[in-house]
Amino acid sequence: MTEKIAFERPKPLADRATHYCPGCSHGIVHRLVAETLQDMDLVENTIAVSAIGCSVFLYNYIMVDTVEAPHGRAPAVATGVKRARPDRFVFTYQGDGDLASIGMAEIMHCANRGERVSVVFVNNTIYGMTGGQMAPTTLVGQKTTTCPSGRCRDSEGMPIRMAEIIASLGGTAYASRVAVDTIKHLNQAKKALRKAFEVQVNGLGFGFVEFLATCPTNWKMSSIDANKRIAEEMIPYFPLGDFKDVTTGKGVC
Amino acid sequence: MSRVVFLKERCKGCLLCTQVCPKGIIALSGEMNQQGYKIVEVAPGKMEQCTGCASCAMICPDTVITVYKTVKPGQPVKPGEPGEEVARVNG
Ligand SMILES: Cc1ncc(C[n+]2csc(CCOP(=O)(O)OP(=O)(O)O)c2C)c(N)n1
Ligand code: SF4
Ligand code: SF4
Repeated sequence: MTEKIAFERPKPLADRATHYCPGCSHGIVHRLVAETLQDMDLVENTIAVSAIGCSVFLYNYIMVDTVEAPHGRAPAVATGVKRARPDRFVFTYQGDGDLASIGMAEIMHCANRGERVSVVFVNNTIYGMTGGQMAPTTLVGQKTTTCPSGRCRDSEGMPIRMAEIIASLGGTAYASRVAVDTIKHLNQAKKALRKAFEVQVNGLGFGFVEFLATCPTNWKMSSIDANKRIAEEMIPYFPLGDFKDVTTGKGVC
Repeated sequence: MSRVVFLKERCKGCLLCTQVCPKGIIALSGEMNQQGYKIVEVAPGKMEQCTGCASCAMICPDTVITVYKTVKPGQPVKPGEPGEEVARVNG
């Protein structure tokens, strides 16, 4: 009987153990990024910009040249990298504390200017690295160390829907929200990531994908329950899908 | 027979793979790896139920699983498919 390899570690993903907690979605998103870089034959031509958060060691896992940006500033650093080396493929990889809190100004203006960069945004509704503080994306009622009785709409406001905001900005070519909780969602996620990369390669503008992700440790849940929370609590508030796609005209005014 | 191979030392015992296997053949093994995690296995004798769908490998955050899928005799492995260059005769 003949057999073929139906799945193996993509080559740009380092053959080493990660420091991530068991069940953490960062590992899945890393793999999707590595596969997409490999599929699009971009590996040798890529400069990544990593952010602050649990994914700060991105450069230990995805084997491409990487610049480490200060907290929230990855889109600004990526702007500089891309303008200096327009021939390179440039992406940032940012958490929700990094992108939607301290880095809100940078991400908004980078998208609005239509920088030819792509952004991988991992929304796990919490600050993971620093021990589980409230993020702008924390769901109402969700308990964190800085809102121990649960996020309250009156005092902390509503969770920010980044993909929709980014889609509303003029320079954005593609903005989508995906999830990593099921095989179906993983397949959709990979397609969306490819589109966010393609709009840069084709010079169309800024590409953005928000991944609904887990942080089992700071949610204080088992990996399985954390994964279920994506469908039960996150997707109802953070709907999946493309919010803008200039290649189909969706969301373009 | 399609089959999966676990890189035991990388497994963190998160059990996500056990939830997505359509045949339900992945479970805790009772073994612990050097990282100190209780790891999973395909229970002895159950590997022949593996369809090679790769669902377990796709959800694994630690890229622990390699999936080998059976190709029917005479069915060529399409050029450019993953593993094309390593498709081989097994027994
Ligand atoms: C200027 C600055 N302010 C604050 C911090 C502390 N800090 C480190 S990571 C982090 C939040 C990370 O959360 P997120 O972006 O959601 O990533 P995650 O760890 O959840 O993947 C903060 C506030 C810092 N490193 N630098
Ligand atoms: S703290 Fe959360 S985000 Fe950080 S590695 Fe652990 S599970 Fe992942
Ligand atoms: S998903 Fe991966 S790390 Fe988690 S139990 Fe299965 S093989 Fe181990």
